[in-house]
Amino acid sequence: MGTSLGGLSALRTVLGSLPGHFPAPIAIVQHRHKESDHTLPCFLQQFVSLPIREVEDKDEIQPGWIYLAPADYHLLVEAGHFSLSTDDPVSYARPSIDVLFESAAEVYGSQVVGVVMTGANQDGSRGLSKLKANGGVAIVQDPRTADSPVMPEAAIASVSVNWILPLDQIAPCLIRLCNP
Amino acid sequence: MTTAPTLEDIEVQLLLEAVHRYYGYDFRNYAASSLKRRVRNFMQNEGLHTVSALQERILHDRACLDRLLLGLTVNTTSMFRDPSFYTAFREQAVPLLRTYPFIRIWHAGCSTGQEVYSMAILLQEEGIYHRCRIYATDTNEQVLQTARSGIFPLDRMQEYTQLYLKAGGKRSFSEYYTADHQNAIFRSSLKEHLVFAQHNLVTDRSFNEFNVILCRNVLIYFNHTLQQQVHQLFYNSLCKFGILGLGKQESIRFTPHETDYEEIAKGQKLYRRRN
Ligand SMILES: C[S@@+](CC[C@H](N)C(=O)[O-])C[C@H]1O[C@@H](n2cnc3c(N)ncnc32)[C@H](O)[C@@H]1O
Repeated sequence: MGTSLGGLSALRTVLGSLPGHFPAPIAIVQHRHKESDHTLPCFLQQFVSLPIREVEDKDEIQPGWIYLAPADYHLLVEAGHFSLSTDDPVSYARPSIDVLFESAAEVYGSQVVGVVMTGANQDGSRGLSKLKANGGVAIVQDPRTADSPVMPEAAIASVSVNWILPLDQIAPCLIRLCNP
Repeated sequence: MTTAPTLEDIEVQLLLEAVHRYYGYDFRNYAASSLKRRVRNFMQNEGLHTVSALQERILHDRACLDRLLLGLTVNTTSMFRDPSFYTAFREQAVPLLRTYPFIRIWHAGCSTGQEVYSMAILLQEEGIYHRCRIYATDTNEQVLQTARSGIFPLDRMQEYTQLYLKAGGKRSFSEYYTADHQNAIFRSSLKEHLVFAQHNLVTDRSFNEFNVILCRNVLIYFNHTLQQQVHQLFYNSLCKFGILGLGKQESIRFTPHETDYEEIAKGQKLYRRRN
């Protein structure tokens, strides 16, 4: 899941609507200042019943957990665990949504669902198209319901997405997709 | 269930195997996901379309290997990176170090040296620098040359000043360098107890016994196997009650020596060897 400008309240809405028995792991890149402290996970945890964790290098990927990219590190998916890096920013961002999506697509192919939400840049589009090319599912927040429509619009323009959904429909869709 | 290795995965493995066999540089146990990104970026810069083509060029062109070595290592660094780490070091580690007549510190993977100069400043302010020797190592000779020079871009000094203050800095940061139009040249007294040397954490052994080992944002580039190996090296190179400092998002969980350390500053990745 990738969000940028306006992401905090969007995440609150989507994650807050997921039940405590949601079965899939969720990895999130939310753009933020590179010296942000650990307040974001604590803030979100108030509204969310699933456990939220800021990723430490090589954390195992476990069902029902929400993983947040730490400030100033790229978050990458490997088989069964996460990796971090401080490689150069991608699409001007570190963490970058593209990096998360591309690495997840490479390892988990058609099992990946990518969600692009509110934001004022282009990050996420490239990653989402790779994710689709590898058989994954692409969901984009309806730009009309986004605080900042640029990021969802960019994703819609460059990827044949599976769903364009208003903010409040994203969680229900994830629940349907992840409960076969 | 994960997907089978792609052709590219196989090519990358062959490339790393070839680089290791022919040149002795061992990237085989680096974290695969970010390494693959860097290989791809490098291919693009070289105008090549397949990893196999890259392998051919690397094996027949030493200069290309040297460029690759730079391309595969990430050298991002900063002075007083994560200021709370330095505050914790000042408050928790320095009092322990004061009890030693002589203090040996190893900065492993020091990149261009910003962290090393930060530590030298901190130790000077705490009045124990004259009793310290800092061995700063990296596998990459090019970054070590910058580190030795103690000259850093002037345009980052504003950012470093902020971080220095947040890290509990006691003076005016500009006292530590003189500026010419593009560079900040750090005071030579900071260099008095610094030794810069090439050392590869994968292939080289321990070279001393240390009171402090700092290795931040280096192990994230390694896979689990290699992390364990390097933690073994660190454990063997630390004296009893020695201090280990890791990066903000790293930890000693799941290493063979997890229980051999205690955390001395909550959440700051500063550990002390139990015995
Ligand atoms: C991201 S920098 C970290 C710099 C600094 N410690 C910091 O945290 O700001 C990583 C450094 O690790 C070095 N490195 C990578 N592989 C290494 C190895 N096998 N042995 C020693 N150093 C290595 C790289 O050359 C690079 O300078």
